[in-house]
Amino acid sequence: MATIEPVASAVEKTQDARMRQPAAESSRPRARRRPSWPPGDALSTLAFLLPMLAIFGAFSWYPIVRTVIMSLQHTNLVQPATWVGFANFSTVIHDPLFPIAVKNTAEFALLALVFGYPIPLIAAVVMSSVRRRGIYSALAFLPVVIPPVVAVLLWKTFYDASSTGVFNTVLGWIGLGPYPWLQSQQTALPSLVLESTWANAGATVIIYLAALTAVSNELYEAASVDGAGLWKKVWHVTLPQLRGVLLVTMILQIIGTAQVFLEPYLFTSGGPANATLTVLLLIYNYAFGNSLGGDYGAATALSLMLAGFLAVFSLVYLRATRSWSSA
Amino acid sequence: MKSKGRAMASIRMGATVAAVSLLAVGAVTASNAASRSSDVTTISVASLIPGSTKAATQEFAAQVAEFEKANPSIKVKSVQYQWTGPTFAAKLAAGTLPTVFTVPFTDARSLGDNGQLADLTSQVKALPYFNKFNPAVIAEGTDSKGQVVAVPTAAYAQALHYNRKLFTEAGLNPNKPPTTWAQVMADATLISQKTGAAGYAEMGADDNTAGWILTTLVYSLGGRMETGIGNKAVATLDNPQTVSALNMLKTMRWTDNSMGSDFSYGWSDINQAFAAGQVGMYVSGSDVYTNLVQASNINPSIYGVTTIPLARSKTAGVLGGGTLAAVKPSASAAEVAAAVKWIDFYYEQPLVNEAQAVRNAKTLSESKQPVGVPALPIFNKAQYALANTWIKPYINVPVNQMKPFTSGIFSQQLVPEPEASTQSVYHALDPVVEAVLTDQNANIPSLLKQANQAAQTAIKQGT
Repeated sequence: MATIEPVASAVEKTQDARMRQPAAESSRPRARRRPSWPPGDALSTLAFLLPMLAIFGAFSWYPIVRTVIMSLQHTNLVQPATWVGFANFSTVIHDPLFPIAVKNTAEFALLALVFGYPIPLIAAVVMSSVRRRGIYSALAFLPVVIPPVVAVLLWKTFYDASSTGVFNTVLGWIGLGPYPWLQSQQTALPSLVLESTWANAGATVIIYLAALTAVSNELYEAASVDGAGLWKKVWHVTLPQLRGVLLVTMILQIIGTAQVFLEPYLFTSGGPANATLTVLLLIYNYAFGNSLGGDYGAATALSLMLAGFLAVFSLVYLRATRSWSSA
Repeated sequence: MKSKGRAMASIRMGATVAAVSLLAVGAVTASNAASRSSDVTTISVASLIPGSTKAATQEFAAQVAEFEKANPSIKVKSVQYQWTGPTFAAKLAAGTLPTVFTVPFTDARSLGDNGQLADLTSQVKALPYFNKFNPAVIAEGTDSKGQVVAVPTAAYAQALHYNRKLFTEAGLNPNKPPTTWAQVMADATLISQKTGAAGYAEMGADDNTAGWILTTLVYSLGGRMETGIGNKAVATLDNPQTVSALNMLKTMRWTDNSMGSDFSYGWSDINQAFAAGQVGMYVSGSDVYTNLVQASNINPSIYGVTTIPLARSKTAGVLGGGTLAAVKPSASAAEVAAAVKWIDFYYEQPLVNEAQAVRNAKTLSESKQPVGVPALPIFNKAQYALANTWIKPYINVPVNQMKPFTSGIFSQQLVPEPEASTQSVYHALDPVVEAVLTDQNANIPSLLKQANQAAQTAIKQGT
């Protein structure tokens, strides 16, 4: 049966295509008599399209084009710009802070992937198996609706390095600490990952919960009949069913963490001693770190390098996981 | 179909007539507006910092009205403004700065050299008191071509601010603050041990403040961060005094444990911590008391300020800085002339004109704002003393608690901030300070070598 079905399916598809073909051909003469895109329709289509084109053009495509142009220029945006070729890219690559920023960003992305990626999945699986999941999902989503700056200010009090800080007080009850959290080169970056995971996990939990509702109960029942426990159900039913969603959320998380800016900017400004300097923060520093006017050429050059890297990475990722996501 | 076509034609005709009429009306209106505006020059000016009190805002509006009355051909639009590096850079690039704004001493010359400030030379030199400006101070607003691109409005010297209450609790005499760095270290240890507060705290944020304060310490030990001027200046961040200053911080942080637990203070943060009684001593500008009152609600009784301890060295000096008023480069000749009139009226007259000085002080005093905060003269010392006598009845700061500073500052050698790429030099030093305060094994010579290279690159590029 397994071999016959695809063959039959292929036959049906071929017949279906043949049946459609004459219909398509027969529509052509009608199309000649009455143009498929009369000017009136074209104008109204254009009228509807123009605002969107104008908005995209002004706020999306034009800045992209300007970014490419500025990456090849030296400009302070006050005096006329001068063309410098690829000098800005060379400046960025030879900047001693560049490898530090890349390393920190990679470390942040890796830590977020190792610790932050499984947590929403586990939370969603647990929530989906309990009653009143609405309350739990609302609680999980709560950090997402808190304004990021407020969340960071809140966590700053948690991370207070003195013995009166929230975390240090709690740890003090069991004789630990006080720990310097954001004040130490070793713990600053993991501290940012922790807050970032708390702040962003809720949105992913909701995505997983929505995806889990599409998993048929019959699969779980069949697994139960086969004697599968909770872990085996998750491994053999839940994860394969969520495969497509998991792959998408993973690439989105990698892209998001590669562009991490808010946490290092608001918590540590990249310190201590550049321990939390990320690529996006370096871009910001190039552009706005100097009150005499930024190095906008270097900022745009690094922006393009990051965009290029993420584009290539995404393509490789999608190609590498194509068989998994479509299987 | 025909009637539909006629209707369409009629609509088109109507729309055309309406459009032409609108254009005509618009053109006439614009023409009238242009003829009116040709008589009046409108400028926007930096007013107060965001969040200022209603009384202060009303007072500023009253000054604007008075200026407009005296200058009917000038219309002034006030814009809230606070200089911070990132916001200034963004506004400068976007061209959204007001016509008149303020910049620190560190930036005016470079901005002028980069063509980012308007040339004010002829208008400023025409001011009757131009020759009274302290030459070292007016030089801060003069670019390398000799053009005046900014006008000094205030000057300060770095000072050691201390909490008199914590001094008393630690068994120290608040009327005898430390006069050497060794005493600072000893007092900090005592304060830390007896009160639990940070005996001595230092700005350690990655926003150039860490480098600014380290440079102050280095100056006080006799070191300098660069030699020469302009793009040919040589960075000397790794001088022996910088190593000494960093070792001093390292001892206080890791051996004496007298610097508390927060090593990432920015300018505002450390002011708040100090006003909240969490810091025994810290270094900042002599005029910081204004912010301590306005933004941190300090109890005046705890405040004390003294001069920065200087090493016994001929080159030891106190770092000085200040603020200048400047005009955006796109301003027209008429706008520049109006802007300089405003700068004269708002910033300079209270320093050279008795009536204006008294009026300012009275208003500030009535709105419970500090009057008489220690500063440095932007004109000569005699003019400064004279202006202080004018406002004496309105001085409301704890003058006696400021005597250790006010009685000693004029005998100290004042040293300007590094001339070339000042903010970049500070920025290069930020991670060095952070490393020393957060890593017990920080390799000071290696860190300084890297910082020196970064600073030298910035100097060469003029950034």
